Order: sequence, then structure tokens, then C-alpha cells
Amino acid sequence: MQVTLHQDKCVASGQCVLAAQDVFDQRDKDGLAVLLDDRPPAELHDDVRHAAAVCPALAIALADS
Amino acid sequence: MSTPRNVVIVGASVAGLTAAVTLRTEGYDGRLTLIGDEPHTPYNRPPLSKQILAGTWEPDRIKLRTDEELSALDARLLFGSSASGLDTAARRVVLDGGASVSYDALVIATGVTPNSLPGAHHLAGVHLLRTLDDALALRADLRRKPGARVAVVGAGFLGSEAAAAARRMRLDVTMIDPRPVPMRRQFGDRIAALVGQLHKKNGVSMRCGTGVRRFFESGGRVTGLELTDDTLLDADVVVVAIGAAPAIGWLAGSGLELRNGVECDPTCRAAPGVYAAGDVASWHNNHFGCRMRLEHRLNATEQARAVAHNVLGENQPFAPVPYFWTDQYDAHIQAYGIFPADAELAVLHGELEGGHFVVAYGHRGRVVGVLGWNSPCELRKLRQLVVDRAPWASILPAPQAVWPGRHLSASLR
Repeated sequence: MQVTLHQDKCVASGQCVLAAQDVFDQRDKDGLAVLLDDRPPAELHDDVRHAAAVCPALAIALADS
Repeated sequence: MSTPRNVVIVGASVAGLTAAVTLRTEGYDGRLTLIGDEPHTPYNRPPLSKQILAGTWEPDRIKLRTDEELSALDARLLFGSSASGLDTAARRVVLDGGASVSYDALVIATGVTPNSLPGAHHLAGVHLLRTLDDALALRADLRRKPGARVAVVGAGFLGSEAAAAARRMRLDVTMIDPRPVPMRRQFGDRIAALVGQLHKKNGVSMRCGTGVRRFFESGGRVTGLELTDDTLLDADVVVVAIGAAPAIGWLAGSGLELRNGVECDPTCRAAPGVYAAGDVASWHNNHFGCRMRLEHRLNATEQARAVAHNVLGENQPFAPVPYFWTDQYDAHIQAYGIFPADAELAVLHGELEGGHFVVAYGHRGRVVGVLGWNSPCELRKLRQLVVDRAPWASILPAPQAVWPGRHLSASLR
């Protein structure tokens, strides 16, 4: 799985961190999402799919790799 | 219930589209029909009152799915088509024009319709703001005349964001609301007062505690308004943002329970094979032990996902901790939970006057909400207090200040 984060769309909701905290974090300054791992291990894929699905800004794109 | 083979979704905004996408990603391979009354492909609404209105984004940027992704849904897409009736006995949705579509399972996701002010909607220059077309028409009008005088009627989320966007365009903005401070119903008096200060600091003229008595016009175009406190205001553009009502008119006579939206059980089911999701759905949230109907962006996604799973037979209660946000000037305000009228308030992080803080709302001895002002990371960490419904007393040694209850107003429906 290849994860892409479009930070310019991010609204700092932090839903991605709640869904997959090993893959996403938030910047202290403004809360914008930060991608920690763009190729997360298989056991985290469900969490990452959940993160992408609930992002209110549609800022997370997933592709098979 | 056996798994349906023919699902119809009415409403093609976030909730409707998310239900369709979730059904497919969960393996549903039967017939799927998505009906939406707007001609556009589905788009994201929060940027309408922010980036689209301010002109920093163009419409292409808010599409919820590309055309390729929509066709990959393998659904019948009836955009620009409204539902006008529902026969739950025959399991058919009637469309404008008389055609009808049968279903095994139906998802109602028709959202809300903005309230209008009598005697104004026919005037050029007076705008409601709900759809992409509304936002583009308002934006064009705001750009029509340099230094235009803008009156925003209603100081909730939408009115406050529209006022901020108009100030960003350096227009002359007056905001009018019958309540004493903006966003009082959403946040309560203490935090709402800060929103009022924010607008004043950014040059908005606040006319709180007053309503609109009548409009003035010339040649069919608005020129001003008279307020209930006898003030006369010149206005080139008027934004009416006085709330919205669930779009349930088409369901009259269907036998569904309709009060404040489509009344559902805790699993978001309104009748056998009929579910509702998003702004139009009223359901019992077991986490808070009360009925609610939310017009929040995240809820539309989460509720539609829950409904899709329940359509496929999971039959689980939907019991989320609600989340919303608003952007006004340099303030990014986010909140989790509910904000009852008689809640108490306690500061958990930062200072109210410092521009960065998190406050907790307590009700009946429990933490029921947390609100962050330019503090997204701290707020996320404190969300757990609402998930746990932490005893109010357990957070009291930490707060820097506590206000007694009965000074907040209801956002809970």
C-alpha cells in the first residue's frame, strides 16, 4: 500500500491520527497532518483505509504498491 | 434480514456517496442507484463558505470523487433528478416527472434545505448558501462592486464563515443576529463572546440582539434593510444564514416518522429496509443516551458508513462522539461531543484570552464535550474524556478556571 497525504487540503481534524496513529501524526503548530510511513505494514492497512475514508478533507490517497 | 440485491440511495452529497462507496468496498455486488437533485457530480460542502467563497479554490478542487472513481462504483447515477415520493409498502421511490425506482433497501440522505426570510428571496442581491451554485452566485455578487456593503443575517457557522470570507475580500460587513453573541447556540455564552470579539477585531460591525424587519429595494435589487431595533442599513449584498430544515417534504405520506428529520432507531433504521444518514437523520445516540440530528461534515461520513454496514446486515447501533470544526480569520475552532444549555465550562489547556485553549463542557456530572481554539493536538488528546464520559469531578483539580452552569445554550437537538 502506497499512502499519499495532500497536506494542502488538510483541515487539521486529526481523524487520521485517531484511526492510525502509527502512520499519521499532527504538527504541533497548526495541527496539519504529517505522514509517518508512506508504505505501512499489512497489519495497519485496515486502519489506514479507515483514516482515508473518514478524512473530512479527502486529503489521503491510497494506491496498491 | 437477507442481504439486499437492490439498494437505492436518495441524496448524492457526502452521506449518499459515502454509503454507496462503503457498500461497494464492503463487497456488495448487487444493483445500486444513487439519486441526487443537483446536476453536479458530488462535492464537498465545507469549502463552499470558506475557500470557494473567498476565491482561493475553484470548484474542481472540491469534487468528492473523480469521474473515473464514480464510474468504478458501477452504480446507476441519477444526478439532476429529485425524489418526490416514497411508497414503503411497494418499496418504490417516485421521481419528479413520475418515473419510479424500486428497492430492497433504501438509504435516505437528502440533507437539509436552508431557511429563508420572507419577502427577500425574490430580490437580486439576497443569497442563501447551501449549494455550489449558491456559493458561486454569492461570490460573483461579492466581486461585482468594489467596497460592496454586505449584510449577513444569522451568526451561526455559515453566517460567521461567510462574514469572515467577505472581510477577506475587504468588503464592508455587518452581521445581524437576534441572540446577544454569535454562535451562542453552538458554543454557549462564554466561548461565543470570544467569537464576537474575533469578528469585531477583524472589522465586522456586529448587530446582535436584533432581527430583520424588512428589506428595501430598487428595481428588484436589494438596497438595504431595516432592523427590529429601527436601525436602517445600506446593503448591496445580503447573505441569509438562519439555519436549515431537514429535506423531508418528499416523504410526506410515506408512513415514516418525520419530526426533526427522519426518525430512526439507534441503528439508523427508520422502517423495514429503510435507513437514513447525514443531516436529515434523527437517531438515538446510545453513547449520550439521547436523540440527535447533526449537520456536521464528519457525521455525514461516519453515519453513512454505519448505515452501509447495517444495510448489509450488521445491525449495530451508531453511537459516535460528534466532531465539528469552523475556520474564521486566524481561529481554527474544533469540538468533540455535545454542548447542552446548562453545561459547566472548565479550561483544560491555555487561556481563554490567549488565542490557544481547550475547554471542557460538563453536564450531569460527566464531561460531554471538549472544544479547542487553535489547539488541534491538545484537543485530540483530550477527546478521550468525552469517549469515557469522564466524571466532571475528576478533571476539576486540573482546570485553571471553572464557570457555573446555566449560561450556555443548547446545540443539542
